[in-house]
Amino acid sequence: MANRLVTVTASLLVLSSAALADGPGLGRVASPDEIASWDISIGPDGAGLPPGRGTPKQGEAVYAEKCVACHGEKGAGKPNDQLVGGRGSLSGDQAPVKTVGSFWPYATTLFDYVRRAMPLNAPKSLSDDEVYAVSAYILQLNGIIGEAEAMDAQTLPQVQMPNRDGFIVFSRGK
Amino acid sequence: MREPGSPFVGYGQPSKFEAKVARIWASAPGTTGTGASRTPHHLLDGTITPSGLHFERHHSGIPDIDPDAHRLLIHGLVKRPLVFTLQALARYPMESRIAFIECGGNSGALYQKDPVAGGVQALHGLVSCSEWTGVRLADLLDEAGVDPTAKWILAEGADAAGMSRSVPMAKAMDDAILALYQNGERIRPSNGYPLRLLLPGYEGNMNVKWLRRIKVTERPTMTKDETSKYTISLPDGKALQFVFPIEAKSVITRPSPGLAMMGIGLYEISGLAWSGYGKISKVEVSADGGNSWAPATLQEPVLVKALTRFRVAWRWNGGPAILQSRATDESGYVQPTRARLIADRGMKAFYHFNGIACWAVGENGEVRHVYG
Repeated sequence: MANRLVTVTASLLVLSSAALADGPGLGRVASPDEIASWDISIGPDGAGLPPGRGTPKQGEAVYAEKCVACHGEKGAGKPNDQLVGGRGSLSGDQAPVKTVGSFWPYATTLFDYVRRAMPLNAPKSLSDDEVYAVSAYILQLNGIIGEAEAMDAQTLPQVQMPNRDGFIVFSRGK
Repeated sequence: MREPGSPFVGYGQPSKFEAKVARIWASAPGTTGTGASRTPHHLLDGTITPSGLHFERHHSGIPDIDPDAHRLLIHGLVKRPLVFTLQALARYPMESRIAFIECGGNSGALYQKDPVAGGVQALHGLVSCSEWTGVRLADLLDEAGVDPTAKWILAEGADAAGMSRSVPMAKAMDDAILALYQNGERIRPSNGYPLRLLLPGYEGNMNVKWLRRIKVTERPTMTKDETSKYTISLPDGKALQFVFPIEAKSVITRPSPGLAMMGIGLYEISGLAWSGYGKISKVEVSADGGNSWAPATLQEPVLVKALTRFRVAWRWNGGPAILQSRATDESGYVQPTRARLIADRGMKAFYHFNGIACWAVGENGEVRHVYG
C-alpha cells in the first residue's frame, strides 16, 4: 500500500512538470530552400515577387489562350468576373462594377492571385513571365499602364491603382 | 417488424427516409466543385450541424490530401521557422470548442431591393456549427518565437486556389485553433481535412481549410479575398475592409418557406441565433411584423460564438402573420431591422447582412420570404 502511494505521487510530479513545459516542441526547423519553395505570397510592397517580366502585348497572347473563355474579350467578363472597366461605378445608386481597374487597391494582388489560382482549370500552370505579362495586359486594358510598360518585380509594386485609397479599415461602432 | 433488421455497417448513415435532408449547391461556370453548398436548417434541430451537412465554400474544389504527406509551415517574422507533420500536431495539448462558422456572404440576397423567393437554406444556409478540436495556434506560434514587430499572419490553404487570408496576430494568439477534429471525428475533406484554421466568430472565409502555411508578417498581405472580395461597399463608393467578427443575428428555421402550416393551432416557433462577439443574451420573436415582441426560451447551454437554439410557443389563428426574430448579444448589440442596416450601409454592401428576416404566413398556410 505504501509503495503504491509513492508511485502515484511520483507520476503526479511528472504530470505537473509536464504542464509547466512550453509544449512538446515537435516542430522541425525549416530550411531557407524549403521556405522559398512554399512561400508564394506577395506583399503589397512587392516582397516575394520572383524574377521575370512581361509586357501587355505578351500578356494579350496568354490571355487569348488561357483566360478569354471565362473572362471575355478584353476582360469584359462572363461567364466569370469582369476584369476591366467600371471606373466611376462605385458611388451612387447603381450596382458597383468591381474590376481590377475600378476596385483592386494593389497590383501585387493581381500577380499573387493569378499565379496561385488561375486559370481555374489549371492553377499554377503559368510561368512567372506569363503571370507578369497577363497582369500587364489587364492593367493596360484598364488604362493604368501604357502599352510599352513591362511588369516585373520592380515596376509592378510601383503601379498606382485608381482605388488605392478606396478602403476604410473597419472599426466596430464607427 | 416480423423480419430481422439489416446487418452492422462500419459507418452509419441516416435513414433512407431522410434523403431530402441534404445540402443544395451552385457551382461556378465551367466547374463542379467551385462555389457554395448550404445547410438545410429548416429540416434540422438542436445546434450542432451534422458534419455532412456543414455548409461549404470552395474556391477550387475539395483537395484529396494524404495526411501523412501533409505539412504545416510556420515562417516569416519568427525566430525558428518550423515544419509540422500531422503526427506531430496530434501530440500537442488539444482544446475543444463548439463554434459556428458563417460565410461573410450569407444572407447577402437580403440586400437586394425586392425579397428573393427562398427559404432558410437558400437565403441563410451558409452558417453551420460544429464541435472543433485541435491545437491552439498560440502554442505553435510561441514555439516558433514571434518577432515583436509582427502584427498579422497570413494563412494559406493547400487547395488548388491556394486560398489565403491575413489574420490579426491578436486573434491568432487569442482563441485560434488548428482544428484536426470536427464533431469528434477527423475533419471532413469538405471542411478542410486534415487541418483547418478555426477563428471563432470571424467570417467563414478566414477559417482557412486544408491549412498548409502560416506566414508571420508585419502588415496584411492584401490577398484577393481581403481586398476585391469580403469588403463592404458603402454608398459613397468607399469600402470597409477587415470586417472580421459576425455581428449578432438570428433566423427562424420553423415555420419557414417550404414548411407549410398544418392547420390552426399550437406551433413552436424555433430558430438559431449567433454572434461573433460572444454569447447570445436574448432572442425576441414577433408574429405581427415587429409591432409586439415576446421573449423566446434559449436552449441551454448558451455558448460563446456558437449557434444558440431559441423556441417560443405560438398559436396560429389561421390568419396572415409575419414572423420575425431579433437577437441581442452579451455586448448589448441588438440585431437591426433590414431597413436600419440598409440606412447605415446602403444596398451594395453584399457581405455581413445581419438584419432581421421576415417570413409571411398566408391564410392558406404557405410561408414565404418578405421584407417587414
